[in-house]
Amino acid sequence: MFTKIIRQPIWREIIIVAGLALLLATVIPQLLYAIGQGFRVGLLGRFMALGIAALGIDLIWGYTGMLSLGHGIFFALGGYAFAMFLLLQLPAGKLPEFFSLNGVTELPWFWQPFASLPFTLLAVILIPSLVAAIVGYFVFRNRIRGVYFSILTQAALIVFYNLFNSQQKWINGTNGLKTDSAMFFGKVVSSIEVQWLFYLCSLFGLVGAYGICRWLTNGRFGRLLMAIRDDEPRVRFSGYDPTGFKVFVLAVSAALAGIAGALFTVQSGIITPNAMDISFSIEMIIWVAVGGRGTLVGAIIGALLVNFGKSILSEQFPAFWLFFQGAMFLVVVAAVPDGLVGWLRRTGQEIQQRGKSRSATFPQVDLDENLQSEKIHPSGK
Amino acid sequence: MARKFRRREILILGSTAAGSVLLKACAPNAPSAPSASGSPSPASAPGASPAAPTGNGIKVGLLHSMSGTMAISEKSVVDAEQLAIEEINKAGGVLGKQIIPILEDGKSDWPTFNEKAKKLIDQDKVATVFGCWTSSSRKAVLETFETKKHMLWYPVQYEGQECSQHVFYTGAAPNQQIEPSVEWLLKTYPGKPFFLVGSDYVFPKTANSIIKAQLAAKGGKVVGEEYIPLGNNEVSSVIAKIKKALPQGGIIYNSLNGDTNVAFFKQLQGAGMGPDKYPSMSVSVAEEEVQAIGAKYLKGHFAAWNYFQTVDTPASKKFAEAFKAKFGPKRVVNDPMEAAYTMVYLWKQAVEKAKTYEDLEKVRAAAIGQTFEAPNGKVVMNANHHISKIVRIGKVREDGLFEIVNSTPAAVEPEPWNQYVAETKGFSCDWSDPAKGGKFKKA
Amino acid sequence: MLSGLITSLFGGISVGSVLLIAALGLAIVFGLMGVINMAHGELMMIGAYTTFLVQNVCKGTPLADLYIFPAIIAAFLVAGLLGFFLERTVVRHLYGRPLETLLATWGVSLILQQFVRSVSWQFIIGIGIFGSLYYAGNRLLANGKAAKFDWKKLLLTTIASIASLVICNVLGDMFKLAITQPWFGAQNVDVTAPSWLLGGLPIGDDQLPATRIFIMVLTAGCVAGVYWFLNKSMWGLRIRAVTQNREMSACLGISTDRVDALTFALGSGLAGIAGVAVSLLGSVGPNTGTNYIIDTFMVVVVGGVGKLVGSIVAALVLGTTSYLIGSDSFAPLLGWAPPLANFFTFFSNSSMAKVMVFAGIFVFLQARPAGLFPQKGRTVDN
Repeated sequence: MFTKIIRQPIWREIIIVAGLALLLATVIPQLLYAIGQGFRVGLLGRFMALGIAALGIDLIWGYTGMLSLGHGIFFALGGYAFAMFLLLQLPAGKLPEFFSLNGVTELPWFWQPFASLPFTLLAVILIPSLVAAIVGYFVFRNRIRGVYFSILTQAALIVFYNLFNSQQKWINGTNGLKTDSAMFFGKVVSSIEVQWLFYLCSLFGLVGAYGICRWLTNGRFGRLLMAIRDDEPRVRFSGYDPTGFKVFVLAVSAALAGIAGALFTVQSGIITPNAMDISFSIEMIIWVAVGGRGTLVGAIIGALLVNFGKSILSEQFPAFWLFFQGAMFLVVVAAVPDGLVGWLRRTGQEIQQRGKSRSATFPQVDLDENLQSEKIHPSGK
Repeated sequence: MARKFRRREILILGSTAAGSVLLKACAPNAPSAPSASGSPSPASAPGASPAAPTGNGIKVGLLHSMSGTMAISEKSVVDAEQLAIEEINKAGGVLGKQIIPILEDGKSDWPTFNEKAKKLIDQDKVATVFGCWTSSSRKAVLETFETKKHMLWYPVQYEGQECSQHVFYTGAAPNQQIEPSVEWLLKTYPGKPFFLVGSDYVFPKTANSIIKAQLAAKGGKVVGEEYIPLGNNEVSSVIAKIKKALPQGGIIYNSLNGDTNVAFFKQLQGAGMGPDKYPSMSVSVAEEEVQAIGAKYLKGHFAAWNYFQTVDTPASKKFAEAFKAKFGPKRVVNDPMEAAYTMVYLWKQAVEKAKTYEDLEKVRAAAIGQTFEAPNGKVVMNANHHISKIVRIGKVREDGLFEIVNSTPAAVEPEPWNQYVAETKGFSCDWSDPAKGGKFKKA
Repeated sequence: MLSGLITSLFGGISVGSVLLIAALGLAIVFGLMGVINMAHGELMMIGAYTTFLVQNVCKGTPLADLYIFPAIIAAFLVAGLLGFFLERTVVRHLYGRPLETLLATWGVSLILQQFVRSVSWQFIIGIGIFGSLYYAGNRLLANGKAAKFDWKKLLLTTIASIASLVICNVLGDMFKLAITQPWFGAQNVDVTAPSWLLGGLPIGDDQLPATRIFIMVLTAGCVAGVYWFLNKSMWGLRIRAVTQNREMSACLGISTDRVDALTFALGSGLAGIAGVAVSLLGSVGPNTGTNYIIDTFMVVVVGGVGKLVGSIVAALVLGTTSYLIGSDSFAPLLGWAPPLANFFTFFSNSSMAKVMVFAGIFVFLQARPAGLFPQKGRTVDN
């Protein structure tokens, strides 16, 4: 009987996700073109890439309670890795153009491995997660938590920003790396075919990332993460060492940000140290906050909604849109702390319960979803 | 508790919603909008939705940073562009049509510039784009304009080493600002060593490499070179270094951009390094920056530009007066604003000559050779998509304006490829001849 | 040589004292109250703009050369009031949720930045009309009952906004530039130090800038004032009591609500004074505050949360180190070890000095996770 209860929603969910993905891959782009908003398809692809990063943020903030203000680092690392690969797709013996302007005649050693696609793909995932793991290990080992973690990640962001920004010779400094005119398997990156390919990559990346996060946050591991979020000392007293789990989650989240960075870069045509701007990393948080922290769907919805909102508002009110962005932070935090999805869920529950005069002995237990899931599968897996 | 929250929730939501309507409504009346002083249709305000009636107008894009670090400089350029558009519209428009500016915020973020450029071209189908300030933002959008074969007008002096078919550069090339100013310094202060200070990005770095090559050729001496990140205010360590490198005084060649200039000159003055012993030549400090730094700190320092508000010609006076009438008597005009104002007129003339604004090839061809009685003097659009203009050197006066201490007798022809730097020596650019193109070896 | 040493040391301490005065308010708001105020830098900016306004008001009066003193008071009051307002409306609802506070105050900082860019009489009038209409309507509708969201509210909002925008448009057309011209605009504004601060104190060949000396004195004065206030005054006693044990203080009859508001206002007011200080050194524009945010947080974290003395030491140490690294003062001393000297030369510009200092902080926190002066306590947390 229990198996039935578990299986049913999962199948339903898979069908829904697959259906949505199919819709995004076929009908929606056509629809946008049809109403003369073809330009938005490119944006959609980019924002789906950002959705992957939002999932990563949700994983560590929504589920584990660590607010990272430094995810721009991982995003940029992924973006730079992939941009370096694209820039190296040149006839043998030629160097990316900016090198000659800076007087570099030989390819620096750290550029060389990026000529190979498999290495780059690995690097997009592994470099951010390695950096995250190292930083995370040292931070968590000392039990630096909460706001101190946030501030430290922000400091790390500044370190990386300055490092990348001042190295004009090796990675073109403030100008960043441009990928638009690079070649990808014989096609110019900015051509429609390649862009469409990366649109699909973003879509599948998003679905895949959703699957991985879903799998991670379900079951025992997920509950452990939430336990860390809600009461870390107690987790420690129960005989767990949270450090390892936190490092792992941070690394996964960084890898997701790295993938997002790579996909975003090819679609926007440029990666610059500005990806490590303070405000961009804070914006990532607000995507999740708007959609609903602690719900994976919320993170994706938030990323799409906020970014479309931002691009439309800044078109309509180029001189004033910052007011809206600021107001959004306030409104979300003050009025809808659970985000859209959380709010919808609560309203839905209220409506469901309206009329039924239920007298729950332990309303807390009845309303707390996490505990309910415990009831459904009592022995975990 | 719950009650309280709900109330606040509504208040905030409500005020946001209302605020949005309010702002929207105020926008056409804000001084930045062209319709403020009674232009015919309020729908032609910038930022009006793309669905605004366009049947009778020509859409052009204005792509500048309205927020972020660069907003302090780029906002004025937008003002100048909107002034030119308003004047043209009042005089009957272009080809009998009104110009509808579409303003986009590049947010001082280069990828955003690229995104907005694509949006203006693909979505709004603008006839041309006027935009960018930093070289980084121009480089970020360059490929978009090239692959889409569109047209960008760029109003700021820059480091050269670029000559795109799809860009018109109305700011100075290095040989119209940097090189003459170095030459003038060598003549005025013979034997004094140079210290180069700049912001940490592409324009100052390339400019300094040009200066070093030029000084090496002319027998000047560079004793130090320092870069400060954009937006940084802590400059005391750099000033200490300058002092160490130039104990007997010398020339500070300053290519700092934006906020850092303020900190730099305030603290230079505090360290007792005045213009008598440490004269400085700035290439990014114009009237507007002088106003923001405070004329007291800058008095006696030099700047090199093509245009100063003190240029004494009828066109210059008319421009300054029109600008003050529209944006307030306290505002000043400067070189990038003048270049921005000029380029809108040059585009208009090109469109009128080509008799089309849609066929960009024809407009491009028609633009070459256009002349315009600009505030800085008579300018000519050359075949290399840069304009010939007079070079001036100004000294900051008590009132924050510039006393022009030197100006070239005639307009200087632009050379995008630098003739001092070994890699580009002997190269030139000519878009009127398809065989030559953007970079060819001069015979 | 001696004068070189003095100027190096002076340079370092002066950079440190700018950091300290910027971080002092944060040390109270973040250190004592535990509130992450990302708008701290914008409060500094407000202080700097206040200086600009006071300077312009004093221009041409006998006060022209002394405007800096009224400016300090005005900046303290304006920023303090703004902080008070902020605490009452936003921060108060978020105590105990530091991460939410962080996001909300970041939103506030964006709004403040845009506010100084676009504020004009028209703008103020529009907001004023909307606000009063909305509140008046709200009173009528609510009739003493708690507000509830319904279509009436929506209608009210719409009416209020339409009315205010119509009025503000009409006014804009009537008075044109007189009310539509932005007060400050997107451009930087100029704050010029009074003439007696323009010179410097000559030491050998060098000169110690008078503004720097002034800032050092100002910083010292603020630190002394804060110490006196916290340790000797009645409100200071209450503040310390509430920071140490909120529940117990409440039980003993201290109004924690008022103490919170006061503490936050004090911290914000100090940010305003810091704004006066930085306006003498750097630019005054919408972005003035953003540069200081991370540096000041680092000062408080390195110093140890909850201890003012920690912030003081940390600010001076961080300031001096980054100045010395940035001005390449180490390399000449390391002539005996060329690789090490080269290493320091590589880091000797402002960007790289920052990289090195922050990396140093990271290493330092490995050894002392709770900062220089950790708060002693018996809780499990931290």
